[in-house]
Amino acid sequence: MEHAIRISCTRRNLKVVRDFVSEFLLRYHLTDLLINQIVLAVDEVVANLIIHGNGEDESQFLDVRVGVVNQEFGIEIEDTNLTSYSPTSYHEPDLQEYVRIGKKGGVGMMLVNRIMDRVEFTTVGAHNVCRLYKKLR
Amino acid sequence: MKITQQSTENSLTLSLDGELDASSSVVLDTELSKPEILRNQKVLINCRQLNYISSAGLGVFISHLQRFQDAGVKLVFFNMQEKVHNVFEILGLDSLMTIVPSEAEATAI
Repeated sequence: MEHAIRISCTRRNLKVVRDFVSEFLLRYHLTDLLINQIVLAVDEVVANLIIHGNGEDESQFLDVRVGVVNQEFGIEIEDTNLTSYSPTSYHEPDLQEYVRIGKKGGVGMMLVNRIMDRVEFTTVGAHNVCRLYKKLR
Repeated sequence: MKITQQSTENSLTLSLDGELDASSSVVLDTELSKPEILRNQKVLINCRQLNYISSAGLGVFISHLQRFQDAGVKLVFFNMQEKVHNVFEILGLDSLMTIVPSEAEATAI
């Protein structure tokens, strides 16, 4: 993946990553709807890694790499952290229950899983990599 | 995120301008958390200039919806861009929240 960006772990960089991904996708002449969906899925994972994975520690970095192979968009988001996200702990939330109890968070991964075709998390030592894939055609 | 307010006797309209993400959604949360907002019969959210919403923005609305309903305050969204409406649809929130096409329809509810 030749298109890459490195950001420090602050919420201010969420917009930086969204712009990076949407500018990359512009060359593929996709609908606004599809671009927004992919950008949203990436934003959700990056927000989780910045806020929960790295505690908004600006001395920590995320490496983001994007590419398209065989009409499939792929993105890798890598960080170095001992706190890794475990997809086995994920259960799709009951939104009516969230409304009833006034819960503010917890629907980000629901969006990611519903939008993307494949969602993978791997950890080797302190290196965590999240990979997201979406067919473009 | 810029929020403009317009009040009538029974309703408050919040016009959202910008992007609602994990960085900016706290501004909206602060507005919706104000106790006096519950004096309105309706809170209308004008989404014409809302260009993006993430789960953090959705979470703000989810977290206040029951409080509004318990107080008898209707929360109504209007002028929503297709790509923003699509995010509500992905989660099925369009069936839990009141979203109408125009301000006229929002006012008539």
